[in-house]
Amino acid sequence: MSHTFYIAMSYAVAALVTLCLIGWVWLDGRARQRELAELEAAGIRRRSAQPKTPEASKA
Amino acid sequence: MTESLAITKFSDLANPTRFLALAARLLPWMAGATAVLFALGLYLSFASEGDYQQGMTVRIMYVHVPAAWLSMMCYTVMAVSAVGTLVWRHPLADVSHKAAAPLGAAFTLIALATGSLWGKPMWGTWWVWDARLTSVFVLFLMYLGLIALNRAMEDPGKAARVSAVLILVGFVNIPIIKFSVEWWNTLHQPASVIRMDGPTIDKEFLWPLLVMAVAFTLLFFTLHAAAMRNEILRRRVSAQRRMAARLAGR
Repeated sequence: MSHTFYIAMSYAVAALVTLCLIGWVWLDGRARQRELAELEAAGIRRRSAQPKTPEASKA
Repeated sequence: MTESLAITKFSDLANPTRFLALAARLLPWMAGATAVLFALGLYLSFASEGDYQQGMTVRIMYVHVPAAWLSMMCYTVMAVSAVGTLVWRHPLADVSHKAAAPLGAAFTLIALATGSLWGKPMWGTWWVWDARLTSVFVLFLMYLGLIALNRAMEDPGKAARVSAVLILVGFVNIPIIKFSVEWWNTLHQPASVIRMDGPTIDKEFLWPLLVMAVAFTLLFFTLHAAAMRNEILRRRVSAQRRMAARLAGR
């Protein structure tokens, strides 16, 4: 095999692993944001994100 | 006064909501800068002349060496985060080392694969069990073990503490990797960039290497910030699902 083959394979492996990593992080982020949006649409919010009621502000 | 201000600013970042806001602002800029640096680094890598001994095969160095540096730097970041988990119980520390483990595994895989592809034409073999190659392979196995451990335990707090202890124990491997080429007789060449007496590598090869190293480092910090954001969101989803289950049970 020529040296060009080893150089091309090295850059291809590095590009493939890097692109898989970027794709995984991006898709994971989208999935989590979608899940959070679904929960909030169903009225389930974090306590700190819930609108303050007058009772809560009195307490 | 200045010191207390710095501590306050650092403590502000410990707040996951503030971290999410900061990540949302910085991530597009970091991603853009990474892309520009990779474009410049790749141009310089392919514009450089071949080495008098290795010929054009020296170009493998521009991906192999930054990936190898990153494999160790990522573990160092995890070790600092592990100290944050165990000593200060920093809210983002366990998020940080959990998010960094798959990134470290990927950079170590690139280092191992490109090293093997460089070794075959230069050494005449894909692999030897010498100190440098074996210690980097052990680092790869440690990353896989930490990913498996984090996924095996349901309670993220408990998983973080167990992982943190394991990360700190495994940190002994980092100086072994770094100095393996000096402590033992290995097929791998000794350090030629990070040395007490300065780099021994020619400037023609040094500049593309440094630009690619900065590009890889920026890629790591971009992906790390994005992966930390994802982990915070994952924990919020879990917390909100538990809250929904409690409300449904009333």
